[in-house]
Amino acid sequence: MENILEVKNLHVSFDTHGGEVTAVRGVSFDLKKGETLAIVGESGSGKSVTTRAIARLIPSPPGRIKEGEILFNGKDLAKLKEKQMQQIRGKDISTIFQDPMTSLNPTMKIGKQIMEGLMKHQKMDRSLAKKKAIELLDLVGLPDAKERVDQYPHQFSGGQRQRVVIAIALACNPQILIADEPTTALDVTIQAQILELMKDIQRKTESSIIFITHDLGVVANVADRVAVMYAGKIVEIGTVDEIFYNPKHPYTWGLLGSMPTLDNEEESLVAIPGSPPDMLQPPKGDAFAPRNEYALEIDNELDPPMFKVSDTHYAATWLLHEYAPKVEPPAAVKKRMKGFGNTGASPISKKGDD
Amino acid sequence: MAKYILQRLGYMVVTLYLIATFSFFLMKMLPGSPLRAKEKLSEAQQLIVLEKYGLNDPVPVQYIKYIGDLLQGDLGISFQMKNQAVTDILLNRIPISAQLGLYALLIGTTVGMLLGIAAAIKNNSWVDYSANFVSVIGISIPSFIFAGLLQYYVGVELGLLPIAFWGTWQQAIMPTIALAIFPMAIAARFMRTEMIEVLGSDFIVTARAKGLNETAVLFKHGLRNALIPLVTVMGPMAVSLMTGTLVIEQIFSIPGIGEQFVTSVMTDDFSVIMGTTLFFAFFFVFIILIVDVLYGIIDPRIRLAGGKD
Repeated sequence: MENILEVKNLHVSFDTHGGEVTAVRGVSFDLKKGETLAIVGESGSGKSVTTRAIARLIPSPPGRIKEGEILFNGKDLAKLKEKQMQQIRGKDISTIFQDPMTSLNPTMKIGKQIMEGLMKHQKMDRSLAKKKAIELLDLVGLPDAKERVDQYPHQFSGGQRQRVVIAIALACNPQILIADEPTTALDVTIQAQILELMKDIQRKTESSIIFITHDLGVVANVADRVAVMYAGKIVEIGTVDEIFYNPKHPYTWGLLGSMPTLDNEEESLVAIPGSPPDMLQPPKGDAFAPRNEYALEIDNELDPPMFKVSDTHYAATWLLHEYAPKVEPPAAVKKRMKGFGNTGASPISKKGDD
Repeated sequence: MAKYILQRLGYMVVTLYLIATFSFFLMKMLPGSPLRAKEKLSEAQQLIVLEKYGLNDPVPVQYIKYIGDLLQGDLGISFQMKNQAVTDILLNRIPISAQLGLYALLIGTTVGMLLGIAAAIKNNSWVDYSANFVSVIGISIPSFIFAGLLQYYVGVELGLLPIAFWGTWQQAIMPTIALAIFPMAIAARFMRTEMIEVLGSDFIVTARAKGLNETAVLFKHGLRNALIPLVTVMGPMAVSLMTGTLVIEQIFSIPGIGEQFVTSVMTDDFSVIMGTTLFFAFFFVFIILIVDVLYGIIDPRIRLAGGKD
């Protein structure tokens, strides 16, 4: 499949009073047509900043794309002028945001909020745009779309609002849909519905999705490939199966191990010790080393390069070096990996995978 | 909505009635009498005059009579100004004050909002700092200093504008500017703070993510959400500006209501004081109603009770 997006060595920094915060430090990945790439990682790992940089939604100042290329259909978005970017944003690349309670304008009818993009990018007139807005609301499964199009956000529930946000993002049939934790602010049953909706829409529109989440259950449910981010870098990337059944990076082990499941009530949850590094002064060597029980001497000196595990699977850990000691994932994670095999990854996927 | 407004108008009448009652009795508790040069009049003469104006009746009787007249739209006659009806005095003076106040309000708010928006967009730049400087000056320096400075430099030194009186548009310029500086400063402060907050909210990112240009983001999505606090402070400000500002009217010799009010207080002109107080109260309550209705127009979340939409 052809690549619709190629991110190459992306660096994003924020200039603060305390100094330069290096939020994204050399991220590279590509996105194929029609696939869903999940980006997972702790808060502050740079997942949102990476995708906002792709949509060029980083406020500047203080933020800036320091270096790197974002090739969308061969065009480098990092170098586009704001005016040119406005032609792409909302049309070819759309974003669904995390919190539906705050991401809609409270003083504007939702219909109008959907119509804005249509009128700008597809040059529709008001009545045509409104018709299309009603269709979109139907598409995202909002009942009584005809009446509701003239209502304000506060007249909708959280899940309904997220449907509206999705309708806004879908308005112009974007080629890339960036979903920035679209289900985090919703309760579990609504989460499942929204995920189902997104999968359904992807089937219909064949758009590519970048799905940011820290919920591995969601990842298993929606993604084709997974990129694991830590401290502004991708530490492991591969297909869902590779990441879930054959994880190589100790950080990925940690994430999988700290994932609660329904059937392990006798065990306590495994937590990754410590907290992410201060990105004002990123540590020398591997940023994860201080929290990594498998860290090697070299981790404190040299940042590991990406080691190839398979054609689709790469991980940045010295453990994959030929001289490194052979280390097995911890028992808890192994057990968890077995669990994925027979039950699906999480209670959510049981619901959604029908 | 209509039901709500009617209900509010009902409350307004009650409020005004209470204010009229309180002011009436407070006034009666004041020492002093509207008789000027009392010592030149004999007891009998004083009695005749007081009798004539009904000031010798017991206070409750005076009160009932006053409220009765009030209901018929009669505010009584001035004790000091050659038996002029209070309503006439008010009608002569209020339009001048209201006009001056309205100019100052419109100009001040508009300029202030623009300054505030500019400061918010260029947050922490020289634009922001200059706008901040201007608004701090405007808030902290009283209007009569500006009035005096304008009169001296623009009026006297440069001779560009007339320094006093009211009637031509040239005469309106300096008092309007002097009066507009404070509302401008307040509007700029509020607009800046609110706009910075609104521009940081998620729905602004949503708007940008749609590919809208900055002007659309700012004015279609930002401004309306930043207006509520401004409307809240500007309401009472409108009242104080349009009900006459004593100082500015004195400095520029403008025959407005503010000047009249102070004169009446000095001369115990009860009926004029009452009339003016009631007018102020009416205007105040009215503006508050307007502000409440504006809230609903600006923000659908506070659409008023009683309305369906």
